[in-house]
Amino acid sequence: MLALVGLLIFGLLSKGDARVKVGEPIPDKRLPLLDKSGDAAIADYRGRWVLVNLWASWCTPCREEAPVLERFAQRHRRDGVTVLGINVQDNSDDALAFLRSYPTTYPQLRSIGNERSSAFGTTGVPENFLVDPHGRLALLWPGPVDDRDLEEQMIPIIEESQ
Amino acid sequence: MLPVAVLALLALATPGLAAAPQVGIADIEDEVMCPICGTLLELAYSPQAERQRVYVKRLIVEGKTKAQIKDALVAQYGREVLALPEGSGFSLSAYLIPVIAFLAAIAALTVGVLRWRRHTSQPGSTPTPPRGADAERLDADLSRYDL
Repeated sequence: MLALVGLLIFGLLSKGDARVKVGEPIPDKRLPLLDKSGDAAIADYRGRWVLVNLWASWCTPCREEAPVLERFAQRHRRDGVTVLGINVQDNSDDALAFLRSYPTTYPQLRSIGNERSSAFGTTGVPENFLVDPHGRLALLWPGPVDDRDLEEQMIPIIEESQ
Repeated sequence: MLPVAVLALLALATPGLAAAPQVGIADIEDEVMCPICGTLLELAYSPQAERQRVYVKRLIVEGKTKAQIKDALVAQYGREVLALPEGSGFSLSAYLIPVIAFLAAIAALTVGVLRWRRHTSQPGSTPTPPRGADAERLDADLSRYDL
């Protein structure tokens, strides 16, 4: 009985706000690349600004967002900015098919099930996390981004710090 | 005609080549979750659920068994895709606790009934009369209060 009560209390306590906050270290984990060509982690890009994009192939807004992120990645690659996609809550075959329709040149990682979504505390897909060169969250952007969001909201944060 | 007969014989001789479905979609849908929807797959109709259903159907067509399909779903969507707890590790407690609780309740009920029966079968209405020294002391006490 005591064990059951303990489990109940643990369950209630662990239901706190799990969302990563601005200024906090970004949750990180080494993940396989979606094309199975290796693995990577956000920490591999320490020293650069990283825009982490959590997405899924079944998410309609992700289709519009992928080309936006690709343009952003190409435009700011030389400015010390990297876009890093993390495919979540998805089937890898569907995710690869998505990338054939909406090709990206930036790295794409694969997280199985809800594991990374829970670690980031997301409420859906897509969600974007701008990570500073020290691995701390600089901006959280729930929902899809467009060109204007990226240039007017994210680039000033990056430029301010330089 | 002959080529057709040869083909038919070949097909009969190699049944493994034709992957016959081992299981129906309904047998899977009620045992796995749509993890994003938070409901059983059979009750989910979101885009993610539809993609998951397509994936399951593809595995069925490939002739995979229920266990193989569940393993493939876990590999794709994680353990949260399983609607039924696993029969090992901590998840085993989901099966054991109800059984233990049931057995404990049966044991408590049995002990309770036995005690109650023992209590009611005791001849409390016909007390044994005192004997020997007790009987003498009782007589002495009673005679002291004789009026």
